[in-house]
Parts: sequence; structure tokens; C-alpha cells
Amino acid sequence: MRQVISVLTEDHPGVLCRIVGLIFRRGYNVESLSVGRIGETGISRFTIVFNGDRESARQIMSQLRKLIEVIDVDILSQGEFVERELSLIKVNAKSQNRPEVLQLVDVFRSRVVDVGEEGLVLEVTGNKEKINACIKVLSPYGIKELVRSGSVAMRRVGFNGG
Amino acid sequence: MTGAEMILRCLELEGVEVAFGIPGGAVIPIYDELYKRKSFKHVLVRHEQSAAHAADGYARASGKVGVCIATSGPGSTNLVTGIATAYMDSVPMVAVVGQVARSFMGRDAFQETDIIGLTLPIVKHSFKVSSVSEIYRVIRGAFYIAKTGRPGPVLIEIPLDVQREEGVWREEEISFKGYNPNGFVSLDDIPKAVEFMKDAERPVILAGGGIIISGATRELLALAEKLEVPVATSLMGKGAFPEEHRLSLGMAGMHGTPAANKALCEADLIIAVGLRFSDRSVGKHEKFATSAKIIHMDYDPAEINKNVKAHAYLIGDAKKTLKELLEAVSELKLEKGRKEWLEKIVSWKEEFKIELEKSGPVRPWYVIRSAWELTKGEALVTTEVGQNQMWAALYYKVKGPRRFITSGGLGTMGYGLPAAMGASLADPSGKPVLNISGDGSFMMSVQELDTCARYNLPVKVLLLNNRSLGMVRQWQELFFEKRYSETIYSREPDYVALARSLGAQGWTVSEASQVRDAIERALETPGPVVINFVIPQEEKVFPMMVPGTTLDNVITQENLGRR
Repeated sequence: MRQVISVLTEDHPGVLCRIVGLIFRRGYNVESLSVGRIGETGISRFTIVFNGDRESARQIMSQLRKLIEVIDVDILSQGEFVERELSLIKVNAKSQNRPEVLQLVDVFRSRVVDVGEEGLVLEVTGNKEKINACIKVLSPYGIKELVRSGSVAMRRVGFNGG
Repeated sequence: MTGAEMILRCLELEGVEVAFGIPGGAVIPIYDELYKRKSFKHVLVRHEQSAAHAADGYARASGKVGVCIATSGPGSTNLVTGIATAYMDSVPMVAVVGQVARSFMGRDAFQETDIIGLTLPIVKHSFKVSSVSEIYRVIRGAFYIAKTGRPGPVLIEIPLDVQREEGVWREEEISFKGYNPNGFVSLDDIPKAVEFMKDAERPVILAGGGIIISGATRELLALAEKLEVPVATSLMGKGAFPEEHRLSLGMAGMHGTPAANKALCEADLIIAVGLRFSDRSVGKHEKFATSAKIIHMDYDPAEINKNVKAHAYLIGDAKKTLKELLEAVSELKLEKGRKEWLEKIVSWKEEFKIELEKSGPVRPWYVIRSAWELTKGEALVTTEVGQNQMWAALYYKVKGPRRFITSGGLGTMGYGLPAAMGASLADPSGKPVLNISGDGSFMMSVQELDTCARYNLPVKVLLLNNRSLGMVRQWQELFFEKRYSETIYSREPDYVALARSLGAQGWTVSEASQVRDAIERALETPGPVVINFVIPQEEKVFPMMVPGTTLDNVITQENLGRR
């Protein structure tokens, strides 16, 4: 089962090693990991995706909480959450088929972030499935380079009494 | 004020009495400052691994934080086994290591090693000091983290130039955003636990090292006596409950007593306190006590349901949790009593009788029983790892906490002798410390006899010498059709001459009739002593649970031939 965990930490060098090492040595493969500083100075938020059952997610949460620099841990996949990934795709698109490519990627609400003689760089955001689909559609034209951010995720707001 | 001066001042403020270490290029300023200030006793050991083990032994015997110091590179890597040992057994320790100057870092400089990276999985936390202004917070913080909550080792890496750097001494409040050692208390299940205790007909308490760490032995005794519940301990729990008490079952586990293991197998309720259900204590987790309800009490919430599923759990310091529980059961009256259950337990205890042969070859249990009698069960005992450790655990009955010191989790051979050094420095009475040892383990830290001699430490090594790596040899005999691959030594050192050359006394005993006299003589002799007890090579530790099975799947001397 896919587990998505959100971890709030102090922004210290080495925190990443502690977190990844802790998951790795329990035999779980990290599928995706993204991290960035958030508003408050000195605080980072990790989104970690790995495969495991409910109990393994709970165990990893408990172990992560023991790290001195970890402020909070939340298992997002055991509740409602929103998840996004960003991808940059460098695709072959010479002038003759460029309109066709642009039309296709419009379906994925993609934006062009760079353009050149040989092709385009596109930005796509969405969940994993959407990005996979976009890559599939672009493959026939020839993808020259691809980068994916990994998931960032957040618990849903919800409605009181709803 | 220089960084080194600040370091020493912080250690003074922490009340450090003794530190174990070896100086080296990257810690000379710290040692130079120690030379001037004489802040605490420094024990110059013969190997950094021993510095860590000695700090660990000191911590376990005293309950205080153990301190070791090593230089960068090999000095720091030599600490690794000692740090891992402390981590596995939740021992409070602060390891101060030097590092090359900041400008040399990352250039593979002489004696540079990424010790923080190397120790990441085996420390409670680690600090890299990158400026003199961080020293106060880091060192005071390291002690705070090491000793609070579930204790553990903390490593501090200090570059050489930071030790020399001038800075301004400034004291500050120490706190860490994500660290609240008392933040995880959960006692909601107390009513459920009380209900379980009321209904149980065959309850057993399984006590672990957490009882000793939190100083909860009195509360444990009160609970056991109030509810008439027999108590088994893990290896780490030895000393949590007086082993001569009528309710004591002794140690449970792979080499546990029949009474402890049978009681756990037949129990309908297991009250586990300060225990992580190590495989060595309970066997195969999925098959452990499947018909019993389990109440798990631990300080560390990550331990709940990690190895064994709990039907009720209480999270918090064992002493406080047990107090709450005692309060909750104060009105409880046992309707049926435990007569039948306790009688059964007495009969199991009767089964485990050993023959003390007072003549002929030296039997290991006779050595340990004799030592136990001659020290009235009050000695501070350390052990090495292997057969010697299990014999010690089975036959040296411990009266109270912090008197039986052994590497439980990591199982570190070579631990006992340096730990005995540390433990003897923690005990102001100056009474002898017994290190129960095998010849395999003994040779892994033998150089520390010299340290014991230099500081005149009363460490008495009871060397159970079977000229082999006995526990592996035992496994090879039982499970590998006697293919003794690389476990038997073709020659042995002259242990008496070795002891003497390192400044200790030593003698050899090869007759059971000489055992008691030899131990008495050792106890009366000042300083370190090695008694080389020549035991039969084929001696084994029984009972033994068949590895990977359940506690009732046991090999004994009697059923050995039938297997």
C-alpha cells in the first residue's frame, strides 16, 4: 500500500540523512521524497512516499518522532489529502508539429516555460497519474529530458459538521 | 575564552566526575585544558572502544551519563562499537570526538572521517559544532538529550580550530523544538489493564531494563506482591526484581529458566514493563504467548506493537506508570487467589536444580555459584558475551538494580572488562567488580588489564576458559552436525603470564576443589586479578530454546540425545 507521510523538521544539515536512513534501514524503499523550507524560518517540510502497510507507516511515524529535529509527523494516507507533483518535460517539437504538441498538452493544463528551435520545455503539475498520462502522450514526439519533483502533499481542510 | 575552555567548563557544569579516552591530534586543545583545569578524573585507556565501553559501564552502574573522548578519524571510528552497544541498551553516554580543522574538512585530510555519518543509525542524536558560539548549547544539550526520555548515546564532533577559537562564554536555556522527553504519556488504558489483572488466573510480569533505568524496582516489587504475580525478567531486566524472592522466576528467553519460560507459555496475562520484546527474550514474535492478553508498558511509544501486539498499553516512565497502576489496584481484592498457579511455578523452579560437583573438572556454574555465595550475591558483576554471559545470567542471582551489567542488545564481545573498569569507578565503595568472561571475549579487550593496573581498579576476571568460541561451538554441535568451523583455538595464551605482564595478578584453576579458595583469594587481593578457570571444552548452556521457535521448544541436557 502506498503510504504518504508529512514530516515537519528543523532545517539542519543532516536531517535528510537521519530521516532517509531511518526508513531505509527498516527495509522500505522510498518512492518519492520532496523537501523545502516553509514560511517560518528554520523549518522544513518533507513529503515522503513509500510502500508499506498501515502498521509499518505507524511504526515509521513513531520512529521519526523520536528524532530530535523532527517537530511533527502526520500519516496523510490514512485520511483525506491532496497531492501534487511538478514535472518539467523537454520535448521535440519543431515548427511543423509544434501546434499539434501545444494542443495536446493543453488537455493537461500544461504551460510552456521555454522554447527553442528544436523543441519546448513544458511544466505540468498534478497527481502522479496525470503526469504519467502527459508523458505517455508526448512520448511519440521524443522526450529529450524529464524531471519530476516527487509528491508534495497536504491534509484536506474539510468542513465542520460536513 | 577558547573553545576548549568552554568545553571543559560545560563538562564541569554537568558534574562529570570521570571521562575515559585517548588524546590525539584533533583533541589536544581539550586535553591541554584538562591539564590546566583538572576538571575531572581522566582514565587513559588502551583502545578507544574500551573508552566507550568503560563510559557505558560507568553509566549503567551509576545511572549518570558516561563520557568518552577520542580524536578524529581512527580514534572516532574505534568508538563505534561502544556507541552501538550503548544505543541498543539505552545507556546515557556523551562521546566527544575531535575533527580536522574546518578548512581541511572534505579534503580527505589526515585523520578525517565522517563520524557523524558513520554513527547516524546508532546514536540518539549527534551534533557537529561549526563555531565556538555553539559549544555551550551543544554540550549542555547533548547531556540533556542523553539522560532524558529513553536514554541513549549522543555524539559531539568538534573541529580542531573551533577548540582553539576565541569566543564569549554565554549561558542560555537549552531546549529543542521537536524534543519533549515527557511528551508521550498515555495512561488511558489503566482501567482496561486493571480489568485484565482482575480476571487473570495465570498472570506473569515480564520486566525489562526500563525498570532499572527509571529506578522503579520498588514499585515493581509492590505490584508483584500486591497481586501475587510471579516476575520473569529479560537479560537487561536482571536486577529489576530480587531474584531470590519467592515470586521471582529468573530470566526468560533463549537461555531462560524453565520456570520463567513455562510460566510465559502458560500465562493468560503478561504484564510487560520497560521491555521491547527482543527475540532473545520471547522467541518468535508471532508465536509468543498467543493465548495470553498482553499489557505493554514502555516509555517509548515506538515500542508499542513493534514486536508484539499489545491488548492494552501504557506509555510513560515506568516508575510513574507503576505508581498510577498501584493506585488503581489498591482496592482490588483477588477473589480466587493464585494458589494453584504459584504452586505450579514452585514445581517448575524445583525442576531446575544443578549438581554442584565439588571435585573433578571445573564446571562453569560451580564457579559462578561459588562467586555468588562468597560475595553474598552483592557483587557488581559484568559479563562478556556468549556462554559466560548466559551462565552468569542463570547462576548469579541479582538482588538489586545496576549490579549486573551486560551487553544485551548488541551482544558485544570484549565489552565486559572495560565495562568493569567503568563500573568500578562508579562504585565509591571500592568493592571488587567481577567480570565473568570467556577466553574468546577476554582476548578482545585484554589490553585493558593494564588500565586496571595503572588505576589500581579491583576488577576480578573469572575467566571460564574452554579454548574455543563456546557459544558458536555449541550451535555447531547442536545444529551443524559438529562441524566446528573455526571455533576451536589450536593454542592458547599463558593467561597467568599475560595477566602479570599487564600488571595484574593471575593464577590457573583446573580442579573443582580449588575453585572457592581461588575466588576468595582474588576477592582479598587488591587490584586486578585474572583467574583462569580451565573448564571442559564441550560444556554447553542449558536450557536452550531452539532458535527461531517458541519458549516451550527447549533443549536440555536430558533431552539432548533424543533430538
